[in-house]
Amino acid sequence: MTMIFGIPLQAFLGQLLIGLINGSFYALLSLGLAVIFGLLRVINFAHGAQYMLGAFAAMLMLQYFGVNYWFALILGPVVVGLFGAFIERTMLSRLYDLDPLYGLLFTFGLALTIEGTFRYLYGAAGQPYSVPAQLAGGTNLGFMFLPIYRGWVVVVSLVACIGTWLLIEKTKLGAYLRAATENATLVQAFGVNVPMLLTLTYGLGAALAAFAGVLAAPIYQVSPLMGSNIIIVVFAVVVVGGMGSIMGAILTGYMLGIAEGLTKVFYPEASNIVIFVIMAIVLLLRPAGLFGRDA
Amino acid sequence: MAPLLQVSNLNAWYGESHVLHGVNMSVGEGETITILGRNGVGKTTTLRTIMGIIRERQGEIRFAGRDMLGVPLHRTAHAGIGFVPEERGIFSTLSVEENLMLPPVVAGGGMPLDEIYDLFPNLKERRSSPGTKLSGGEQQMLAIARILRTGVKLLILDEPTEGLAPVIVQRIGEVLKKLKERGMTVLLVEQNFRFASRVADRFYLMDHGQMVADFPVGELPGKMDMLHKVLGV
Repeated sequence: MTMIFGIPLQAFLGQLLIGLINGSFYALLSLGLAVIFGLLRVINFAHGAQYMLGAFAAMLMLQYFGVNYWFALILGPVVVGLFGAFIERTMLSRLYDLDPLYGLLFTFGLALTIEGTFRYLYGAAGQPYSVPAQLAGGTNLGFMFLPIYRGWVVVVSLVACIGTWLLIEKTKLGAYLRAATENATLVQAFGVNVPMLLTLTYGLGAALAAFAGVLAAPIYQVSPLMGSNIIIVVFAVVVVGGMGSIMGAILTGYMLGIAEGLTKVFYPEASNIVIFVIMAIVLLLRPAGLFGRDA
Repeated sequence: MAPLLQVSNLNAWYGESHVLHGVNMSVGEGETITILGRNGVGKTTTLRTIMGIIRERQGEIRFAGRDMLGVPLHRTAHAGIGFVPEERGIFSTLSVEENLMLPPVVAGGGMPLDEIYDLFPNLKERRSSPGTKLSGGEQQMLAIARILRTGVKLLILDEPTEGLAPVIVQRIGEVLKKLKERGMTVLLVEQNFRFASRVADRFYLMDHGQMVADFPVGELPGKMDMLHKVLGV
């Protein structure tokens, strides 16, 4: 058997893949957080709940309306994005003139409310959501067995991340977003409807979380707690990457997912804490994060 | 003919502090007006209040016959008023060209892009570098250029020559004269008295949050003693 660093190659690549998949979710979620924080200066604690809502949207749409995975992948983010936009317009936008802590507390409360409601309605146990038939099964790469759905997750989340990055860096809408992040008043004085831009941004962030949620539904089980399980790690990812950099959020997400996967190979006992250890080291050496602008 | 901009008994507040105490002024179509005054008398505040950036305001602002007090900030530009702030407001995460193209076009009759590049050749040369990599003078040119594209009728400039080298100040003066030929109405605040006297048709003198005098450029020589006293120049 081929060995690499004294580890069977198969185990190594298997964990690398798992790391890459976890990294895909970290990247998608921390990207949404970074987009929201960049413009709204709100630390969106409801991000995990919005991720969970995406997975539930897929499951419920299938149960009640027979909506398949492919439509859910589009409709889920749209529904959750609209919900996010509604929350921003009616509640969150009222807090912008206050201390930033209010936004954090509000979204934290929102997350608890959403999670509590879903726990009450559906119980804490996870429910399965099956892999779409087109992506079922796996393929033997020779050195390892690749479940097709997992490969799909890696590819499509990469596409979503790059797409979001292009939207922000290369389009007119993205130029408005970047400019408003620097000086919202002036952008508004130029005739851009900045309040609408904020609503759109929060909706987009929520939609990204929901997109990750739909992607996650067939891999992890659909459970009201799935959001709070992952969001703690995602916040650590954001701390390591540094707030405010879009590409930084994406790269850090993948990097830490892979670091976590590889730790499982070399020192499994540490795999649950490795991200937090990295976070502590980064905080000691570079408090603004790897990609953050110095505060 | 009614003036393009008519400001009557305008009051404004920064939180608790009352900064404009009944400003009255009018700007006719095609005029270039300069507001003079010492630091802290409310010149910048007047511009920001007309623009709608300062929302705690009372009195009347009429632009092209329209009451502007209830107009939200993001609709002010669409009514036809463009703003070049004192700090210039060039965005560092945007390229020069992105900065230039950022403000939405609000009406026809704006300056076409090639004409802007003719007027400001430096901006064309450096169009893909980050906005804040430009020199102070180039940033000021960019701040003016990006408003020219939009087709606004009134250009509001807050101290366009502040901190710039004499040769750049002269360039900005030429640009303002060109704009005047095109029929643009300009309202500016300026500390550089010599610059102001070259470009303005009429002056307002401001003190303690009010306009205390108003005279055309022709009367300037006779007012010099008074201005020296009030402005301390």
